[in-house]
Amino acid sequence: MNNYTPTWMKIAKHAVIWLMIAFCMFPILWALSASFNPANTLVGQPLIPERISFSNYETLFTSQQHPFATWLINSVKIALIASFGSVALTTLAAYPFSRFNFWGRRNGLFMILLVQVFPQMLAMVAIYLLFLNVQTIFPAIGINTHPAVIITYMGGAIGVNTWLMKGYMDTIPRSIEDAAFIDGASGFQIFYRIILPLSKPILGVIFVIQFIGSYSEYVLARVLLNSTDRLTLAVGLHLFVAEDYGGRWGVFSAAAMLGAIPIIILFMLVQDHIVTGFLSGGGVKG
Amino acid sequence: MASFDKKHILKIALLAIFNALAVWSAIILFVQRNYPILAVLVVGIIIINYVYLSSKTYPAKYILPGTVFMILLVVFPLLYTVYISFTNYGTGHILNKEQAISRIEAQYYRPEDPREFDFKAFKQDEIEELKLLFEDQEDGRLFLGIEGEIEEVTREDERLLDTTGDGEIDEINGNQRLERADIIQNVAVIEQMRFSYNDSEMRMRDLNSFALYRPAFEYDEARDVMVDLRTNEEYRPVEGRFTNDEGERLSPGFRTYLGWDNYQELITDPRVSRPFLRVFVWTFQWALLSVITTFGLGLFLAILLNDQSMKLVKLYRVLLILPYAIPAFISVLIWRGMFNPTVGIVNRMLVNFGLSSIPWLHNIFWTRVALVLVNLWLGFPYMMLLSMGALQSISGNLYEAAIIDGASRWQQFRYITLPLVLVALGPLLIASFAFNFNNFNVIYLFNEGRPAIAGAQTPAGGTDILISYTYRLSFEAGRGSDFGLAAAVTMLIFFITAAVTWFNFKFTGALEEVKENE
Repeated sequence: MNNYTPTWMKIAKHAVIWLMIAFCMFPILWALSASFNPANTLVGQPLIPERISFSNYETLFTSQQHPFATWLINSVKIALIASFGSVALTTLAAYPFSRFNFWGRRNGLFMILLVQVFPQMLAMVAIYLLFLNVQTIFPAIGINTHPAVIITYMGGAIGVNTWLMKGYMDTIPRSIEDAAFIDGASGFQIFYRIILPLSKPILGVIFVIQFIGSYSEYVLARVLLNSTDRLTLAVGLHLFVAEDYGGRWGVFSAAAMLGAIPIIILFMLVQDHIVTGFLSGGGVKG
Repeated sequence: MASFDKKHILKIALLAIFNALAVWSAIILFVQRNYPILAVLVVGIIIINYVYLSSKTYPAKYILPGTVFMILLVVFPLLYTVYISFTNYGTGHILNKEQAISRIEAQYYRPEDPREFDFKAFKQDEIEELKLLFEDQEDGRLFLGIEGEIEEVTREDERLLDTTGDGEIDEINGNQRLERADIIQNVAVIEQMRFSYNDSEMRMRDLNSFALYRPAFEYDEARDVMVDLRTNEEYRPVEGRFTNDEGERLSPGFRTYLGWDNYQELITDPRVSRPFLRVFVWTFQWALLSVITTFGLGLFLAILLNDQSMKLVKLYRVLLILPYAIPAFISVLIWRGMFNPTVGIVNRMLVNFGLSSIPWLHNIFWTRVALVLVNLWLGFPYMMLLSMGALQSISGNLYEAAIIDGASRWQQFRYITLPLVLVALGPLLIASFAFNFNNFNVIYLFNEGRPAIAGAQTPAGGTDILISYTYRLSFEAGRGSDFGLAAAVTMLIFFITAAVTWFNFKFTGALEEVKENE
């Protein structure tokens, strides 16, 4: 815009933005301060603690009743395996859709588009009953097991991710494959040696999006898991504060800080891709 | 090619492991007489083996693993939800009919004049089960009860020993007879012991005797009625419970097809439909308010930041998207603490500014206000990033022309910026509507959908949206589960989501994208 902007307006702009930044930062700083405040209570907490202490963080790793460290490890483990599996499945599935012409291809794409419309959590009752029945055959992947949650997450995002991945693979020029084919590369070699390395950026982005999504997922984990030592961080923290918030504020804040930092770092790594990815995928982060 | 052979062996090995697991589950399904699932499994095994052994199915080799996961964990659950919505599946109706019948037939009663048996208990060590010796009070016949089974024995049986020679049997196969004090100690165990005798069952009656209990019910398969053997009353299956003419019902119930009953209940039963309607309306209000507030603030900030001459833009951007980078479950829980009505910082600040404190979390209206504020905090950075992208794509010429024509800043915004941004972001705004329509995490983690709606029969809260309502219908502790009703509500969400998305596909031409792939 070539409009002339008077100085008072420039100052006003900065003031408004700083006000918004204060709005953004306030809960984060508030929780950060509480996490270092030994009082561990909501009552009368000042923004700057009178004395800095790590006692809340110590409680996190020593509490017998509320095993935060275990919850955090559970969440990271589940999210890592689910994202890895999901990326593997979607890469394999996207490749033929991008490269081959085969019977049922168009209907397959339509199915993917249709299925990804419905969030998986809508079917929480059915998924719960499914694993309740699986339990009678394979107790190892029944209710209250991590494999059940991992498998659920792996299946849940295949639609969106395949769509994203196929879009990216479509942009890889075919001439490279043709050259490899002339040099005698087999079908799988072309996939493994050419398409896969060239798709690395999107693989990374999908992995991170999937990781953040699985890490933050609440309801399916809540439905599928029930013993305290198997919960994910999202479920564990909610149950922890739902009982008695006032007296647990400090410990919760410490857990919130530790739980958020890895995700903030991951997010900042891929933030540009997340927005462009969602522009083509149409999803919104949860 | 050596590498081909290696790969080939690996493939066969993986397929072999898969087949072994699949056959194992097939055997278990066969034993459980679960034939429909068994049939699906067998078809699945055949397809998978064909795809990986045939040379004609090249693309399918890549697609199949993902397809299997998608079918099992997305498509099947969606279809299963449709089925459940037509049944009474839930607390009291968990079993299938066959299981419920065998549970009811396992109910016994004590006849008015039962056959009674004196008993003696024998014990070897802590691990082995007690052995009981019964003596019929009428004819003095002896029965040995071991592991739930009864066996008639004679007094001369070589297992029965009278070591002290007082005429009382005091040892069986090395098991010593328990004194009365020991029987009292073991009474809890003995009370649980059941011995089947012909079609009846023997249970402990008092410290000296067992009595014969008779089965209370018999199922008549030909007429599909449950007969009460005491009164010859007949119970017919009605909506998943065996019910007699007086309307008395037997437990447990079983799951059965109900037709449109669940849907009808949502509309016609006022104790269900009134709270449901409130949830329904609030879900739309919530989704709409969420999109409008986040988009409004996001666009406003994007316009402020869309100024090349401004300093610190990069820093501002990073600080402003921070809320978006934090997992929502963490920030919602932080806000929950801040909005705590008695000790939270929000009310403390209000009081410090001389205002009165507000009953956040306790009053429906104020909880909704708090939720919209929290979701604004969570969602505006996304809208800001999108709007910044959209603003960059608007040509500066348009504004130059507008300035020459004497348009004010507001007019420039109203007639150039807003329409162009809306066209560019329209599909994403619709997607955001659909997302917030099902934004379970914010609603449930903030206040579990509470405060409760007064007089609601189902667990419906004043801030519940449809998806959190289905969760509470299914899993809220203490109320019992109503999977059928929850599935019916879910079907409604399906249709709304499908309608919104269909509209969106028209908008974006996503369907054309599929067609282009011809």
